[in-house]
Amino acid sequence: MSELSVNHLLGIKYLNKKDIQLIFETADHFKEVINRPIKKVPSLRDITIANLFFENSTRTKLSFELAEKRLSADVINFSASQSSVKKGETLIDTVNNILSMKVDMVVMRHPKPGAGVFLSKHVNASIINAGDGAHEHPTQALLDSYSIRERLGDVKGKNVVIVGDILHSRVALSNIYALQLQGANVMVCGPKTLLPKYIKELGVKVETNLRKALNWCDVANMLRVQNERMDISYFPSTREYTQQYGVNKALLNSLDKEITIMHPGPINRGVEITSDVADSDQAIILDQVQNGVAVRMAVIYLLASKIKH
Amino acid sequence: MSQKVLLNAKELNIILHRLACQLIENHNDFSNTVLIGLQPRGKFLANRLAEILRTNYKIKNIKLGHLDITFYRDDFRRGEKILEANTTEIDFIVEDKNIVFIDDVLYTGRSIRAALTAIQSFGRPNEIELLTLIDRRFSRHLPIQPNYRGRQVDAINEEKVKVNWVENEGEDSVYLINS
Repeated sequence: MSELSVNHLLGIKYLNKKDIQLIFETADHFKEVINRPIKKVPSLRDITIANLFFENSTRTKLSFELAEKRLSADVINFSASQSSVKKGETLIDTVNNILSMKVDMVVMRHPKPGAGVFLSKHVNASIINAGDGAHEHPTQALLDSYSIRERLGDVKGKNVVIVGDILHSRVALSNIYALQLQGANVMVCGPKTLLPKYIKELGVKVETNLRKALNWCDVANMLRVQNERMDISYFPSTREYTQQYGVNKALLNSLDKEITIMHPGPINRGVEITSDVADSDQAIILDQVQNGVAVRMAVIYLLASKIKH
Repeated sequence: MSQKVLLNAKELNIILHRLACQLIENHNDFSNTVLIGLQPRGKFLANRLAEILRTNYKIKNIKLGHLDITFYRDDFRRGEKILEANTTEIDFIVEDKNIVFIDDVLYTGRSIRAALTAIQSFGRPNEIELLTLIDRRFSRHLPIQPNYRGRQVDAINEEKVKVNWVENEGEDSVYLINS
């Protein structure tokens, strides 16, 4: 019988190929469920989940909350801005206080890389990492791969380029791990200043010319420039970035083939991607959002099934 | 492990035809009736009955679906066994329809309870009936009884009833297995 090899989802790094397959097969079933007239199943009615967001989030938080509610779990939400964290409480104390209210699972976003791993070693609950600093964002990578699989049939053997701010991106690292695990070829493309120095060690191709990258790939995953994480200037101006690394319809039309465009959101329209591309049939940005709920339902369901009754 | 044949292929075939005729008695041309096989094992029985109704009794518009009940079961996280989901295929509206649930073995009745909850996600049916090939008497945990039964069996809890189908196991038969 199949079950996940892990008790927490801390990063794609800790998963194996079979785990990803199991998550996708389970997500297929949940995708059918969320397209029914009544989109809810009672599986997790005796599970309580805490969503701890120590960093801002709109769609990830909504997506997790919806996934939890569709599984009939009880949900409590917590954001750092309204909490005792501001009064000096430590992470372990905050979480243990919440767990003493009989919470079974924690979904956490935190600005510090490794916060999820740290927590999993010190508290007694199943942890899902919803983004830890510039480290990993595993559910985003899973829904990205799931969307590629849905659009192109399979991830194996596909050429995927991740374009933009690789340096500050947790989506990039998780995507690289997930895509490689499934046998895809991965390239990163962006200005040299936004590519990590040792990125080649991960076994990815590196390209600084966007047109060359797009001509090589089947799928382009466009990342947002994370201005909020930049303490210095990494490129001369937004206008210059757009000219070099922005995707527009004219550029896509001039390629040899039709490629699929993805974006984890939020989009800066007119910066990394123009509106006519974002709203075109080539873009699967809204499919990614819909698949996000199904994939998160699958992850929560599979982890919950490992919590002893 | 010992096993005893409860039904052979010929007996099974006679029972399937009888069940098909009983369905016709109550549902005429099936214009407002849908058949739903419960995953995973009820699917084979439902497919077989639909095929008999179509070819032997010339009923044209049989609506057949399959319902998976995994996410509605009451033993999630309670057993050693991990529950694995199957596909649900219901390509028609169940609102105001007469539904016949089809499963191979009726034992505790818990699967049927789950199916009754699951089907509500698709709408409000007019009525729901239950057809089962094997009815294990005296083993119910819930007040659920079949409307159509192929064969009643008295089996103790250690025994298992296994229904085999040509399309899946290579033969049509029903065994009582004592492990």
